[in-house]
Amino acid sequence: MGIDLPLIWAVIIIFGIMMYVVMDGFDLGIGILFPFIPGKSDRDVMMNTVAPVWDGNETWLVLGGAALFGAFPLAYSVVLSALYLPLILMLIGLIFRGVAFEFRFKAKDDKRYLWDMAFIGGSVTATFFQGVALGAFIDGLPVVNRQFAGGSLDWLTPFTLFCGVALVVAYALLGCTWLIMKTEGELQEKMFGLARPLAFVVLAVIGIVSIWTPLTHPEISARWFTLPNLFWFMPVPILVLATMYGLIRAVARHAHYRPFLLTLMLIFLGYSGLGISLWPNIVPPSISIWDAASPPQSQGFMLVGTLFIIPFILGYTFWSYYVFRGKVTHEDGYH
Amino acid sequence: MFGLEALDLARIQFAFTISFHILFPAITIGLASYLAVLEGLWLKTHDDTYRDLYHFWSKIFAVNFGMGVVSGLVMAYQFGTNWSRFSDFAGSVTGPLLTYEVLTAFFLEAGFLGVMLFGWNKVGRNLHFFATVMVAIGTLISTFWILASNSWMQTPQGFEIVNGQVIPTDWLAVIFNPSFPYRLLHMATAAFLATAFFVGSSAAWHLLRGKDNPAIRTMLSMAMWMALIVAPIQAVIGDSHGLNTLQYQPAKIAAIEGHWENIGDEPTPLILFGWPDMKEEKTKFAVEIPYLGSLILTHSLDKQVPGLKEFPPEDRPNSTIVFWTFRIMVGMGMLMIFTGVCSLLLRKRDRLYTSRPFLYLALWMGPSGLIAILAGWFTTEVGRQPWVVYGLMRTADASSNHTVMQMSITLILFVVVYFALFGTGLGYMMRLVRKGPEIDEGKETNEGGPGKKRTPARPLSAADDKNAESDHSPSLNKEI
Repeated sequence: MGIDLPLIWAVIIIFGIMMYVVMDGFDLGIGILFPFIPGKSDRDVMMNTVAPVWDGNETWLVLGGAALFGAFPLAYSVVLSALYLPLILMLIGLIFRGVAFEFRFKAKDDKRYLWDMAFIGGSVTATFFQGVALGAFIDGLPVVNRQFAGGSLDWLTPFTLFCGVALVVAYALLGCTWLIMKTEGELQEKMFGLARPLAFVVLAVIGIVSIWTPLTHPEISARWFTLPNLFWFMPVPILVLATMYGLIRAVARHAHYRPFLLTLMLIFLGYSGLGISLWPNIVPPSISIWDAASPPQSQGFMLVGTLFIIPFILGYTFWSYYVFRGKVTHEDGYH
Repeated sequence: MFGLEALDLARIQFAFTISFHILFPAITIGLASYLAVLEGLWLKTHDDTYRDLYHFWSKIFAVNFGMGVVSGLVMAYQFGTNWSRFSDFAGSVTGPLLTYEVLTAFFLEAGFLGVMLFGWNKVGRNLHFFATVMVAIGTLISTFWILASNSWMQTPQGFEIVNGQVIPTDWLAVIFNPSFPYRLLHMATAAFLATAFFVGSSAAWHLLRGKDNPAIRTMLSMAMWMALIVAPIQAVIGDSHGLNTLQYQPAKIAAIEGHWENIGDEPTPLILFGWPDMKEEKTKFAVEIPYLGSLILTHSLDKQVPGLKEFPPEDRPNSTIVFWTFRIMVGMGMLMIFTGVCSLLLRKRDRLYTSRPFLYLALWMGPSGLIAILAGWFTTEVGRQPWVVYGLMRTADASSNHTVMQMSITLILFVVVYFALFGTGLGYMMRLVRKGPEIDEGKETNEGGPGKKRTPARPLSAADDKNAESDHSPSLNKEI
């Protein structure tokens, strides 16, 4: 058989998760930045910059979950049960964020602060535990007899907590540069002020994760630091540094679009670095995409519908962002 | 927690989250078709009452749809987090079916929901009607996939087991498994009925408060025609579903009937009420009607229905629970039929909209459909026990290895969060309902679309603020 179905499905799911991280990252970032911007009218603008798109962004998370279930049931069952508490907390955070988003607009003035708190709490919780889950995933999940064989609090380590904080900072930077692109005037100035220190913190956490991971995982260290791999993968850290330099310069020049695009680039590079470290394992350190794949009957059956519908979802997504291009101002209130 | 084991807590958690979730899709399915009918009637008769009703209910539909999406997010992950051994065992069958359900929902959202909620002034009337019909069909296709998955767990076929994993061999057999057509019809009809009684109850509430206009009367009238015609049809479908269950899951039927054993050749009686006791293996305080069990379940006066004692104790579902949930469901169904018949008698005497006792009946019947749906699902799911995939995998072998502590924490979190958030959502829906349909409501419509602040990706944005804010408006009595 010429078609490598598990490979195709791995690509679809990796793509879906990346779409999720890139698109939900900045609107979670808005929630993380909320505490720094106390005024109601500024907060309204911040929410309005993501109002038309945030819900569609979560589409990819649901699709990713369902596709993982059908295409790689072993990975779905091991990863989700191993990361039980962080994932449930992430979901609850996302529910809070989503409902708060809608009801903040519908709330009367005396209740709005409650929904603001729910929005901030939901965004920070969801992001932090997403990072924790990611860290625990990188750390590896022991599997015996197709079941997770670790303890229920294995996900709770200094490294995973650090990853949680790292993701909060990264999404904050995404949200900050998104607002630079989508707003103007005083709010935008505040964001320019926040972007520079945030960028340095993000650079620091990327550096720390990049050193911490190979130090504790010999197989990841071997992946990067042996010849000829070293030459192939060298562009990734070099590009990270170059992008970061460009980002800080763009912020200093008060560019409107470039900071966000460069932050996206940064996230993409981080994601690629992760992919390089873990490929082809879908449950690190030992289960590959081929080990975890459901039979071709299942993957093939799903592929038909998915290939038919994903273009519609993509087209609709691009259309939404296209219609929504340009600045959001205080006058564009939600009616 | 309360002496429960991790497995019990996992089951309670699943039951809690899915019970909450199912209420929203059930109303979504029913309202989508109701809206399609309303718009069709408007196009055909040019009576603006239908248009006004369409706009009123489409806002409630939007809020309800949004709640369904949010509560569904958890369901997509819960199979893996809580039921990892089931996911690994049967994921190659249930995973793709769930994926198709998700894809259908997103396809809807990306395409027709936007036109339906925000395109009233942007597209022609026929195209808008087409979008509404597609949304209605889409909700039914979603139902199709999710019930195919559930029915396969009840009556699995079209697979083989290799190395302890289910491998699908024939997708048509998997999807069209023996219990699927009955379950699909039964659930879709239940959703229609639940929505009809919800709509009828809203109308009765307004009429009782003296708010009376043609739109409100139309709501009550249509709801009661549904009750009169569809509730008896549902009874027939339910009966066939029961016969199908007797054939494929006889232990479930025995548990539902609290029927422990057959004595000689005596035909099976029907136990109306009683208290099935799993330990003593008998139904206490039983009120029986001879022959009726045989008559209902075998459509004969002499054939017997298997008793629970014919199954080993470890294979018996909990009769105490399903005996009662089944009777609650059937009781609701009978009340629905009764309401439908009353409505016909009153309609003939021109008192449908004025008889206060009847309006109170219609008001209190509001949640009956949703109660029946929950009771029905408890019956079929608890009745499937001790299996998660009938005859293939036991529920006890399906769960993840979580501790009681973990399960308790997450269960408490879900209960608190769900009541707080979805309670607010339901409250908001009720505010919209309380406002009631207005004459010429359809003349002011929402602008919006992809990338706008009102967008189908955020269905709640279709429910306009100003329609809900006057929730305690004292003006309700003015319009008689």
